[in-house]
Amino acid sequence: MRLLCSLVAICLVLLSGRALALIETYEFSSPALEARYQQLSEELRCPKCQNQNIADSNAPIAQDLRKLLHQQLEAGASDEEILDYMVARYGEFVRYRPRFGGTTVLLWLAPVLLLLAAIGVLLATLRSRAKVADNPDASLTAAEQARLQTMLDKSERDS
Amino acid sequence: MGPRFKLFLPLFLFALLAIVLFRGLFLDPSEMPSALIDRPLPSFSLPALGGDRQLSREDVTGEVALLNVWATWCVSCRVEHPYLKQLADKGIPIYGLNYKDSDSAAQRWLDELGDPYRLNIADREGTLGVDLGVYGAPETYLLDANGVVRYRHVGVVDAQVWETVLEPLYRELKTGQVAP
Amino acid sequence: MIPEIGHFALIIAFCLSLILATVPAWGAWRGNSVAMALAPSLAVGMLVFVAISFACLATAFLQDDFSVQLVASHSNSLLPPIYKFSAVWGNHEGSLLLWALILAFWTAAVAVLSPQLPLLVLSRVLSVMGAIAIGFMAFSLFTSNPFARLLPGAPADGGDLNPLLQDPGLIIHPPLLYMGYVGFSVAFAFAIAALLGGRLDASWARWSRPWTNIAWGFLSLGIMLGSWWAYYELGWGGWWFWDPVENASFMPWLAGTALIHSLAATEKRGLFKSWTVLLAIFAFSLSLLGTFLVRSGVLTSVHAFATDPARGMFILVFLAVVVGGSLTLYAFRAPAVSSRVGFDWVSRESLLLCNNVVFLVATLTVLFGTLFPLIVDAMGLGKVSVGPPYFNAVFVPLMALLVPVMGMGPVSRWKRDNVSRWRQQLLIPTAVAVLCGITLPLLHAPYNIWVALAVLLSSWLLLGLLQDFWQRLRNASSTASGVKRLTPSYWGMVIAHLGFAACVIGIVATSQYSVEHDLKMEPGDSRELAGYEFRFIEVAQVRGPNFVADEARFEVTRNGEWVANLNPQKRRYLASGSIMTEAAIDAGLFRDLYVAMGEPVGTDGAWAMRLHYKPMVRWMWLGAILMAVGAFAAAADKRYRRQRVATKASSEAVLHGA
Repeated sequence: MRLLCSLVAICLVLLSGRALALIETYEFSSPALEARYQQLSEELRCPKCQNQNIADSNAPIAQDLRKLLHQQLEAGASDEEILDYMVARYGEFVRYRPRFGGTTVLLWLAPVLLLLAAIGVLLATLRSRAKVADNPDASLTAAEQARLQTMLDKSERDS
Repeated sequence: MGPRFKLFLPLFLFALLAIVLFRGLFLDPSEMPSALIDRPLPSFSLPALGGDRQLSREDVTGEVALLNVWATWCVSCRVEHPYLKQLADKGIPIYGLNYKDSDSAAQRWLDELGDPYRLNIADREGTLGVDLGVYGAPETYLLDANGVVRYRHVGVVDAQVWETVLEPLYRELKTGQVAP
Repeated sequence: MIPEIGHFALIIAFCLSLILATVPAWGAWRGNSVAMALAPSLAVGMLVFVAISFACLATAFLQDDFSVQLVASHSNSLLPPIYKFSAVWGNHEGSLLLWALILAFWTAAVAVLSPQLPLLVLSRVLSVMGAIAIGFMAFSLFTSNPFARLLPGAPADGGDLNPLLQDPGLIIHPPLLYMGYVGFSVAFAFAIAALLGGRLDASWARWSRPWTNIAWGFLSLGIMLGSWWAYYELGWGGWWFWDPVENASFMPWLAGTALIHSLAATEKRGLFKSWTVLLAIFAFSLSLLGTFLVRSGVLTSVHAFATDPARGMFILVFLAVVVGGSLTLYAFRAPAVSSRVGFDWVSRESLLLCNNVVFLVATLTVLFGTLFPLIVDAMGLGKVSVGPPYFNAVFVPLMALLVPVMGMGPVSRWKRDNVSRWRQQLLIPTAVAVLCGITLPLLHAPYNIWVALAVLLSSWLLLGLLQDFWQRLRNASSTASGVKRLTPSYWGMVIAHLGFAACVIGIVATSQYSVEHDLKMEPGDSRELAGYEFRFIEVAQVRGPNFVADEARFEVTRNGEWVANLNPQKRRYLASGSIMTEAAIDAGLFRDLYVAMGEPVGTDGAWAMRLHYKPMVRWMWLGAILMAVGAFAAAADKRYRRQRVATKASSEAVLHGA
């Protein structure tokens, strides 16, 4: 029984359907719609799967959502309307491109803030190093001079 | 704030990370609350299973009740079925949403295994399923007297789930309904 | 009997790791050279016993010993022998043993290949690696024993290896990836040893540099193979999904890239010591964090192993001890006052710092994006997903910032350069790069601005390297002597940077130019895609060693001339009954043609088919291979060996003096 349980668990975890790429042959009234279909189906997350978009998943719910997506695109819905429709039913979770707002403000701003902070540190480092390069002694503050002196004294004592 | 202070920054950040990771061990990333919590059950017009009546939202709302999404192709539903009958025998109102199924198979299932449901909505195309945000069967929704979705349970409802999760909520909604 | 021997060997290896982690470290602390001198033999002994253990597990798999639970659930008697062997690491327990094996291998390699390292340093380094080995072997022995038996009740046959893993790419992908992951433990151990000894100097950087380069090269190869495997095996032509498990391997790579550049500045100029040590700790910590993410189940991923909270807790505690401990040591022992080494605004040092800024921000962004759903969930704020659209949106601009700096790096000088020299050096490369960026994309209609930008940046990178190369030759007395004077580490840098340029071109061109169509096709149908005519001839039944398949026969022509026969399959594996699509690919340097089979449609013999045209997709993987080759070449530099001879003399002097 334990073997059976672990086998089932392994099947569930490992065979979550990735290699079973289900290929559907929807007809689109225009290539633009087909392109939007591809883009949106890659940006919508399958709610039941491990971590897959609805384009790549073979789960029944992903098939349903693809069908729905196709219908809505053909009915003339905008991307925003379709995403809102999905989010209203399945939650923010289905958006692989998180909406900007609320908790995700930090997510979207983090790279910019990090980059600015890193550039700030970079500029500060470059300035102090350039000072040292121009004039190796003048860059020491009085406190640093004192510290250096004690270190030198100490190393003299040690040796 | 000596120059050594900044050397403690990585340690501090790692401590924060470790707390999040520790917390993460006790969370289930696949557990998904319904997007419809505290929102009214979507309106619909679908046939009743085993009859030619058209059902609408009003037919399944009015008192605190369970709405159970099931299908004959769903293996876990068979596991869940006997417990639903017990609940129905206790007088808990249960409505069924027969999800993407064939009427005849569903009817046969109810004839053979017994029928815990007050009514069954035949959602052959899964349209109400989509509006509810159903992503598999079985799922069980707890509706309050005004037809507002209060909770969703994904997976089999058994004694443990009922007693620890659903029943307390059910009782609370019942008393809340009587009190005002 | 054999599994028990393996189990016992693992226990002995565990005991050896306990001794290795304590005795030489104690010797280094108390100045006991006998205790220190034990370290290399202990390291080799540990490797021997882990290898015996691993060999026993492999034997159990090869002999179809289904009384071993792991074999019963992950192998099958029909499996071809090579996959029986690779099935050893196609699961949590076995892959953990592979981790331990590779860690023991790296430890022994350090022990054997650096006898000239001062004994004090060597014993500390090996002790740190022994301590890491304790964690992984304890993890294996106490929570994930690969040798557990199913007695009584061994099944007659096994449950089969997941068909996705029955693939040549997956035979070597995990070992290479682990070589990289675990290889960073060497840089980590050197960093910790340096902190313990209080000596962070150029020689420390020189010792850890070749190891870091090799680990980074392996990691590049491992990631590349994973991406290539996903491309041909998963059946829809994607090659990178920003899945948490992919990110888990990518983050150490990003941090490692920053590390190898920062190490260059530390070795050559004695700069950024604290920073480099921190990066070494960071790179290995990210490897461990990756292990946690993959095996604990805190994030959902398609690649995750069957997870277990007890295992998650074990790795988290281990992570806390290793990373928390090393960062505490860092906080107390790293030099707080920066070295008095100056350099000008315009210098190679400042460009290397720019590299570090970009890679650090990239690493932290990927880390934050990967963990963000977990953070939000942990704070009770609901469920969100962070997927490829987010990562692409933040990652691509960062890389675009990087390339201009990369182009200037090789031509710049240490300490002080001047702008007018840069201008003079880079004038021609810039002009030619702009020209290439404008003209080359004209070869592929319609004109694509992103490809133009990628060509501009990559050719700037390439031409900058050429310019520098030419300068070096011109300064030499003859071309031959000029070439001779170029060191392997210079060649390594050139090759790795060229690889990066190839990667950029490949990624951008394939993302922008790929064409994909899902179609219903009947035998006899023809479809045109990007100038190629795909003719669906027939479907045939074929039989493999452990599967049966429907095989579609395609003939591809271009302007009436034969190009390729493509035979995608839809396989059903006999043991597990699972269905797999096996894409057929005609690979080329400038384009891949790719056909995958879907389901039969209707009753008239029609099938759903997916056709892809993927230009330049190979450049990405070739680029990664070049990067790895460059890293290996740089590690082969004579400098590291020469320096060993020098330290030998000095370490002997130390020993005799002591």
